[in-house]
Formats: sequence, structure tokens, C-alpha cells
Amino acid sequence: MNSGGKRPVRAIVLTGNGTNCEREMAYGCRLGGADVVDIIHISWLLEGEVSLSDYDFLNLPGGFLDGDDMGAARASANRFKYRKIKGTNRVLFDEILQFIEDGKLVFGVCNGFQLLVKMGLLPGEEREGRFEQVVTLSHNDSGKFEDRWVTLKVNSLSPCVFTKGMDQVYLPVRHGEGKFYPQSEEILEAIKKKDLQVMVYCHPETGKPTDIYPYNPNGSVEAIAALTDGTGRVFGLMPHPEAFLHRTNHPRWTREDLQEEGDGVKFFRNAVDYLRGRI
Amino acid sequence: MIYRVEVGFKRDIPDGPGMRIQRRVVEEMELPIERVRILSTYLIRLDEDRDVLERLVRETFYDPVVQEIAVDQPLRSDADFWVEVGFKPGVTDNVGKTARQVIHDYLGRTLKDHENVYTATTYLLYGKLSQSKAELIAKRVLGNPLIHRFIIFAKGEFEKNREILRTLPIVKLEAKGDVLRFDLNMPPEDLIRLSKERVLALNLREMESIRDELSRPEVVENRKRFGLDHRVTDVELEAIAQTWSEHCKHKIFNAMIHYKEDGKTETIHSLFKTYIQETTKKVRAEKGEKDICVSVFIDNAGVIKFDEENNLVFKVETHNSPSALDPYGGALTGIVGVNRDPFGTGLGAQLIANTDVFCFADPRYDKPIPEGILHPRKIYEGVREGVEHGGNKSGIPTVNGAVVFEERFMGRPLVFCGTSGIMPTKINGRPSHEKQINPGDRIVMVGGRIGADGIHGATFSSEELSESSPVTAVQIGDPITQKKMFDFLLKARDMGLYNAITDNGAGGLSSSVGEMAQLSGGAELALEKAPLKYPGLRPWEILVSEAQERMTVAVPPGNLKTFLELSEKMGVESTDLGQFTDSGVFHVTFEDETVAYLDMDFFHNGLPTMELEAEWVPPSFEMKEKPEGRNLREILLKLMGSLNICSKESIIRQYDHEVQGGSVIKPLMGEANDGPSDAAVLRPILDSMAGVVFANGICPKYSDHDTYRMAACAADEAVRNAICVGCDPEHMAALDNFCWCDPIVSETNPDGKYKLAQLVRANKALYDVLTVYGIPLISGKDSMKNDVVIQGRKISIPPTLLVSVIGKIPDVRRAVSMDFKHPGDLIYLLGTTYPELAGSEYYEGYGFKGGEVPNVHPDEAWERYRKVYMAIESGLVRSCHDCSDGGLGVALVEKALAGDFGAEIDCARIPVNGCEGWDEILFSESQSRLVLTVAPENQTAFEGIFEGSDFARIGIVCEGRDVQFMNHSEILFSVSCDEAKQAWQAPLNF
Repeated sequence: MNSGGKRPVRAIVLTGNGTNCEREMAYGCRLGGADVVDIIHISWLLEGEVSLSDYDFLNLPGGFLDGDDMGAARASANRFKYRKIKGTNRVLFDEILQFIEDGKLVFGVCNGFQLLVKMGLLPGEEREGRFEQVVTLSHNDSGKFEDRWVTLKVNSLSPCVFTKGMDQVYLPVRHGEGKFYPQSEEILEAIKKKDLQVMVYCHPETGKPTDIYPYNPNGSVEAIAALTDGTGRVFGLMPHPEAFLHRTNHPRWTREDLQEEGDGVKFFRNAVDYLRGRI
Repeated sequence: MIYRVEVGFKRDIPDGPGMRIQRRVVEEMELPIERVRILSTYLIRLDEDRDVLERLVRETFYDPVVQEIAVDQPLRSDADFWVEVGFKPGVTDNVGKTARQVIHDYLGRTLKDHENVYTATTYLLYGKLSQSKAELIAKRVLGNPLIHRFIIFAKGEFEKNREILRTLPIVKLEAKGDVLRFDLNMPPEDLIRLSKERVLALNLREMESIRDELSRPEVVENRKRFGLDHRVTDVELEAIAQTWSEHCKHKIFNAMIHYKEDGKTETIHSLFKTYIQETTKKVRAEKGEKDICVSVFIDNAGVIKFDEENNLVFKVETHNSPSALDPYGGALTGIVGVNRDPFGTGLGAQLIANTDVFCFADPRYDKPIPEGILHPRKIYEGVREGVEHGGNKSGIPTVNGAVVFEERFMGRPLVFCGTSGIMPTKINGRPSHEKQINPGDRIVMVGGRIGADGIHGATFSSEELSESSPVTAVQIGDPITQKKMFDFLLKARDMGLYNAITDNGAGGLSSSVGEMAQLSGGAELALEKAPLKYPGLRPWEILVSEAQERMTVAVPPGNLKTFLELSEKMGVESTDLGQFTDSGVFHVTFEDETVAYLDMDFFHNGLPTMELEAEWVPPSFEMKEKPEGRNLREILLKLMGSLNICSKESIIRQYDHEVQGGSVIKPLMGEANDGPSDAAVLRPILDSMAGVVFANGICPKYSDHDTYRMAACAADEAVRNAICVGCDPEHMAALDNFCWCDPIVSETNPDGKYKLAQLVRANKALYDVLTVYGIPLISGKDSMKNDVVIQGRKISIPPTLLVSVIGKIPDVRRAVSMDFKHPGDLIYLLGTTYPELAGSEYYEGYGFKGGEVPNVHPDEAWERYRKVYMAIESGLVRSCHDCSDGGLGVALVEKALAGDFGAEIDCARIPVNGCEGWDEILFSESQSRLVLTVAPENQTAFEGIFEGSDFARIGIVCEGRDVQFMNHSEILFSVSCDEAKQAWQAPLNF
């Protein structure tokens, strides 16, 4: 236990129905300092055998939920919103809203980000008591799934607790549907006004946001790669921090001087530190 | 009620996948279409009112931000052509399955049997087209008539097609529970006819031995107790045909072969025993304590040690003929199918990596394509996409592969798919690599349902082909159903709920239960309990169906309840189909009636051994004089852009090679992440620095000259690729995959003896090289009849051997990539260059024939590899790359363009033996050669290790981007990284 005298941080990594990054996500939580890290199959939540309320840090890992068959994470978003937890009249979506209200953290990577967006939790504007999807992550302009590393610029004005103290970060994207697209200009303006766009794809030489392929790998509007909500505690991004936990993950580790720890660990450490009350 | 729902992008939203299709049509077919928009179409049969359906689909079926939806009316009517691509009845519809699940979640009720969702993809084509051109596009790019049904019409004809657009592809079979019986006491020609008619692929001797077995009085006596007699049932006949098939029993590899060479005849009792198993036996004996083998040849995959707590599992399979028919479905099924091999090994392994190797014809082929075969580009795209979906959606990184191009792969592409797994050495105190079944253990089938998929389609087609007959010859894998099944089974494994597991692949339940039953001594299987996709299958069809995503497990009766409950909770279907016994009988019933009753020993060991002739006559090639004074620079640039050498980045990037978080040496590395790595390294256990290495070797281009050398080269290439990245030479194992042309002599196959001799020679080479290297073979596979008849002409593939290597690197931080790292680093070449250019990329590219193909010198090579490992372990090596296709010239330029540095090479220093001219020296494909770079301060230490062996310091890494090839101080020619990279990246950049 490394709780440093503060209360223990309990992380849950949700799995099942096609997720596939749960193990490295859980490892990231451990490296970040979480005291309890459980990989839990979604059926256990739906059967009411495990409760989200026993955790502080919800991780939604990457993968292909339901094969992304009706659009990325679409079928799972429906399951969270409509499938009743056994023996109750509640759905998992209600549990997540409570989780957020309780001041806890939600972290969605790639397919997990798509899930948060399609449930309407990112950028997370409540309208007339409902959360509706107002942005999307759609098919890449290339029409292809691609695995490549990209340079990201962190928005230092963003309220996001996961990216505190970070500036530029290099991570892999691995998706076919990652193109950020807002429903309207107004929605985009509202996001920018509150600095909810946490990270943008940038040109490695200028460090500026870019719409040049492949630096912006999918054609995202305003090069937006990551979003948070107004609380800064719900965070989703297309690139994979959990794929860069050690320097040997970096594609140029054999030719550059790098720290032993990968830059992806910082996201997890920030989350754990926040929950411990250090931030 | 039947509803038709269409979903598509809003008008002002760009349609990425549609644009990609448009580009393909323009590029591949040179048809001037302006735009393609894609609709997802759902035909929903549901007992709910329209308002419920409308609410349901509007809340769950589309993306409101960028998409629109229409119910029972066309979403668009402005396209010039409407091409709807739906599935034929019985073809796996993964999206339909997910949509069904969504409806279930939304309505909170289970769907009835007749309630279902059928999907189609609708392509709206904009541009000047005719009906026939639209049909051509549909067949060439959008779908495959074998599995798809097309609805194609021009603008304004929607109303006319309204009814057909609402037709559901429902399988209708007349329920037939009857079992046919055959009295095999018939003349030989009738036995052969029966075998042919039922597509059993059993020869006369095999048919006769079935007849003889069932004629034995004590057998008849026993059978009578269960309502059978001396006649064989169709269930038995089909089960035996599967179990005795070439695929399952490797009859050619186990045959007695009389091999003639130089007037001498040698009799080989089983190639498999003599060369493959013997290699492993010898290596294991010599390694003694250091033996790394755990389980070889007896299970679905080979098992070797990794560390104290874990073992590695590896298997490579081929899926050639399905990929020729339907490249997407064939390749997808290939990859998710081979996943089940390591998963079905021992108690089951967690999967950590996929590999894929393809052999295609030139995708840019622009001559007319013979009727009955698909264009190489369609095969290329389909196979690539099948492996993409199979690998990516399963969450297994695709880490290593190769693509080989040769015209003879036109009608018969080769698709090799490999999967590796890791498992704890012990699970609940039991060795994980062992299976143990007790009489009384339940036979439980887990995963997908059974349909007519993969039942040797011809039997179906010959009798009753209609619009509603299920498609049988081609299957489409469902990676998500399989992933859910694996998630469940790993949990069940760790809870100790089952005793043994195996996959349902070739031969279906017949093979899986039949094989497992050997461990207890018998089985009783009740076929009517098996869950079906649709009613109407006959008992024998249920038994041999190859429907995907199924495993069979042996569950102790006491664990059955827990097992089934866990399965249901995790959304996986599991069914109790009977029990394992020690009766000595494979006993199958259907609705309490016995439909098969076979002695286990006969069922598995009753197959008569084949006896075959092989004769080696060395081929001769007349040396065509090559003109003098070729421009070396021109040759090199041409080689960089040849299909076998050029960058495969467009394929590689579409595969997730990093999932699971352990990626160390990726397929592409270097300054711009685009240099071609020799092998893959990954860490399967994230808190350990120990790594697994994957590499492969394949070179059918040498086969026409001598398959002995071809096989030796393939083995050496796989091993030296692994050595390049830092693999421990003492901790390596290999797999062999033979893809051959028919080696059995017959009227239609007059050169069968030669082809069998080629097979014998390849086996000898594998043994000769690997026993010197001390590398055991742990698993393998063969695919023996890769010939096609195209317009009356038989085309046989060049004999092809893929050698795949799995190994260990103790600390991945010592791993080495191939790119130049620093200006000033010294460049070394290890190994001698001989005039070995026959079959080389250089000669093939210029149409030169003749000369020698490369020869492996195993003793020298092994000594070298061990030293390279010492140098890498000592931290002396900055980069390492092997010389293979295109020889030293290409290897050097690849290192330069990957590192974004130039170099000065003194060609006069290259150790040669017998070469004439710089072209021979630079482009010979002599084996076992490596190019390394070393920091100047390590020169003495490095040279100390290699003292006394054939190596040379041939140059130095330079600032700038020019690679200068010199003869002492005179410049022979120079190539810049930029132009080389451009030539290298251009050909397959789509």
C-alpha cells in the first residue's frame, strides 16, 4: 500500500464485450499509484454484484465494444443508458452520473472516449435534465484504421485534472473512428470558451494545432484529440496513454535518450494524486 | 412486421469510407465516378408497433451529430446508381447480431426466434455509369457474389425495387432427421463414386478398410445392440472422412516414400517422423538441461518455456482456399481460427500476438483476369482487411509478417496466420500444458451456434441449391463473439472449472470431441442438443459443421452448474452435449437413436498408410548472358521499388501492433518511424523486462532451382531476423508451414514425383540447418494441393515453406533496431558474399535466369549468430539488419533511409568469394549476412569478438543523406535517402 497516509485510491477498469486495453490500463493505474486496481467485467455491474460506488477512479479502456458494429461504442452506449441493472430500475448511466457527482474521476481512452461522447457525458452539457450527444468521433478522413504516433499539445487553461503540468506529449493513436466533429458552431464555441478541449494534434516542428495528415491523423475539427467536462474530472482522449508506460514503447527509443518511465504514466499519476487530495 | 431502416451521413458531412471506395473504383477500374455515399441498411423483423420501432431506432441506431435515419423510405434518391450489397442466407451477419443485442437492451426483452435483424450496405454511386458498369463495380470492389446478393438499379427505379429491397435472407431448410446407411460391399468403382459424390476425399483403400472394419462379426454384433448393422451411416462416413482427411491426418507427411536421386533409392517412413520430429528429438537431447520445449506436436500448438512462471504457445496456420473464394471472410476466419489453437492448447493460453504472411500476385496486374478467379488487388485488399478486422477486434497485436509477390499466386493466394499465447506453467497446481479427461466429464460446447457453414459445400450444391439455401463453402468470422468466449473461458480456466479444452475447427465437433475422447477412451454425444443457427440440419451436418467461434471443453459433472451459470452471466452460450467415457467407442446419438458407433482405435488409427514415389531430377536453367555495364544506381533504385522489397507501411499501419502495451521493436522504426524492422519484440508481462521475439523466413523464389536450398534459406532467414533484434540463440523455437502443389502423381498430375521430391528435399534441408542451430521445431502444418486449373491450364504455386521463429530476449532494453543511429559509427558486414543471384530480386527484375541460388553454411552461420548475440548483450551494437531480398546494396540503403543518415561504403572491403562485378557483390542474396553499426569507441571490443571469422569494416555512417558506394577512394555511385525512400514507398501506397 502506498497511500502516503491519505485515503486509499480504488480504481476500476471496466472490461467485456470487446474491450482490449484493460490490462495495460490497469497497469497504468498501478504505476500511477492507485492502491486497489480491479479489472471488472461489465456483467458484474449489470448483475448488481459489483457497485461502482465502491471505487473512486473509473477507467473505460480502448477496444471494439460490440465490434463497433453500428458505429464506435454506439451499442454499448445504448446498453449503459437502457439496460436495467438486475433487480433495480436503474441503469449504469445513472450510476456513472452519481459517481461524477461524488467528485470521482472518469477516464476514457479511444473506444472509452467514444463511449463517453456517445452517452453525452463529454463535453457533458445537461439540457433539460438530459445528457445528449452533441459532438461525435466519426470515421477518419482517410477511411482507414491506422496505428501511428502523434504529437499532442496540452491546453494549459483546461480544467482537466489528468493533464496538470503537462505540455507536449507523444502517444499512439489506433483507431478508424476518431474524427472529432461538433454538432454546431455554437457547441464548438462553448467547448472552446470553457477550454474543454484538453489536447490538440499538433505539428511536431511548430507545436501548433494542425489539420495536416498524418499529424492530425483523422481530420478532427480544430485538431481536437481530447475533451473534458466542466468539472475537469471526466476525461476522454483518442490517443493511448496506456500504450506508453515504458520508454521501450516509444517508436524511437533505440535512438533517443528517454526517461525509463513513459509519458503515459503522468495521466494516471495526476488522477491518483487528485483523488488523494494532493492537487 | 418488417421495417427497413437506412442510416447515412448528413449531406454536408464528408463520408470517409465512401471517399475511400470512390478512390478504389477510380484507381482499380478507371471508371470516372464522382462520389460514393454509403448507407447502413437494416431489415428488422420485430413484433412491435411502428411508433416503438421509430423511437427505438432514432434513439439507438445512428449518430445524431453526423448521420440521418429513415424508416421505410429512401434516405436519398439522387444517386445515379443504387447498389445494395446484402448477405445471402446463412452468411454470418455480425452487425445484424449486434443490432439484435441493441434491441434486446432497449426493449428489455429477449427477441423471439423469428424476430431478427438483417443488414446490408448500400452504395450510392454518383457519376455517368451504365447498369453493366455498376454491376462490374459491385462485383469487383463492393462485394462477392459467392456470399453477397446485389440489388442494383438506376435513379428513379426505387419504386420498382421496393419489394425486393424488403426481402429477408432467411434460411429455409426442410427438417430432415433421417440418417442414410450405405452397404459398402460394392464394387471398387462404386466405392470411389460414393466417395466422390459425397466429397469425402477418401481413396479406395480407405473406403475398403471402412468396409472391412464394419464387416467384422464382433463389430456387427456390438452395433446391433444399438440398432445398427454392417452398413455404415452417413454420420459415420462423414466423421471418418473428416478424421482421416489430409488436413487432420497429414497423410502425405506420414506416407512411406520411395525417394530416388542420382540412381539411388531411399525409403522414408514418414517425412514428419524422419525430419520434423527427429529435428526436435535430436535438438532436445543435445540441449539436455537447457531444453526449452514443454509440449511439442501433440496439441493444437507448440509450447516452450518463457520464464520460471510462464510458458509460450505458438501456432501458424494457412487459410488459402477460402481466401481465394472470399478473401475477406477467408482471411478473417484464418486469423480468428488460428487464435483458437493456442487458446485450445493445454488448459488454454492468453493470446499475445498475431503474425501474418501473404503470398499474392501483383495487385497492379492489368491483363485480363481469367473467369473464376478474383483480381489480385481484390484479393490483396480483402485479405488485408480480413486480418485487420480479425486481429484488431480481438485485441491481439499483429506484430510481424511479410508479403511475397509472384505471378503463380494469382489463382491461389497463400494466407498464413499465426497466433502466440502465454500461460502460467501451473494453474491451480496443475501443469497448464496438459489435458486430462475423466470418464463422466461432460462434453460442453461453448461459443457460437452451428450452421451449414464450412460443410463441404458441394454436397449441398449438387442436390438442392435454391435462393434460400445457406452458403456453405465460405465463412465469416466473428471476432467479438470469440473475444467474449475467450474472456469467459479464461475466467473458467483460472477457477479450475474444466479439465481440458480444444477448438472446433476443421471437422467441427467430430474432430474436437473425437480427439478429446482419446484422453478418456470414448464419448457419448447427443447431437440434437447442439444449438443451431436455423432448423433443418441433418445429424451428420451438425457433427462436421465448421461454424466458427466454438470451443469444446471437458467439465467435471460437479462443476457443470457453476460453469453454465458463469457462461450465461458473461453472455456466452454453452451447451452440455453428452459425456466422455472409457467405453472405447465414439458413440453419437440423435434423439436417442444411435447414428454413429465407431471403435476409437479404428476411428483414429485405422487409416492405411500411403505409399508414394518421389524422384529428384535437378532442373537446369540456361544462363542468359546479362549485358555488361549496367548502371548500379539504376539497379538499386529499381530494386527499392520492387514489390518484394518495397515498404509495406500501408498494410502495417492498418494493423494494431501495439495493443496490450508491451510493444518494443515495432514493424516500422527509425527517425521517421518508417524503417523496416527485421523482427518483432514485445513484453508479454508488463512488470517484467523479458521479451518475446517473433520472426519469419519465406523465399519460394528459390524453389524452381532447388527446394533444399529454398528451405535452408527460409530457416536461416527466420533465425537471422530474430538474431538481428537481439534474440537469445539458445532460446528459440521454430514452426514449419509447408504450402505445396499436389505431390501425388496421377493422370492430371504427371509431375507429382518431382513435386514430392521437392518436398523431401525441403524436409532434409530443414533438418540439416536446424539441428546445427539447435533450434527445435515445435509445431507446423501443411497444405498440399495448391493448384488451380484456369481455362484448362493448371497453375501450381511455387513450393513454399514459411519458417516462423519464436524466441526470448532476457532484457528488452538490449534490443536493437535496424536504422543507422549516429554519424561516425562504423559499418560492419558479417559473412561472405558468393555469386548467388539465381532467383534474386535483381535477376528476376531484369529477367536473368541461371546461376546459383543461395546456399546456407549452417556451421559458420551459427558461430556468427552466437557472436552477434554476445556483442548485442555487451551493448556494442547500435544497429543490425540482415541482407535478404536485394542483397547488401538494399540492406545498406534501408539502414540509411530509416536512420536518415548517409554513409560511405568501400565496396572493395566486402569479403567475397568468386563474385565478378560490383552488381554481383552488391545484389547477391548470399545468406547469413548481417550489417551492423558500432560506435567508434567500441571498435576494439567488437572486432575482438569476431576475430578469426569472415567479417569486414566496410564503411562509416555520415551526416547528410547520401549513401556513397566507393571502390577504395573512387566513387562508383551514390544514392540519396530521399530518392531511395521515394522509390521504396511508392508502389503499395494505397
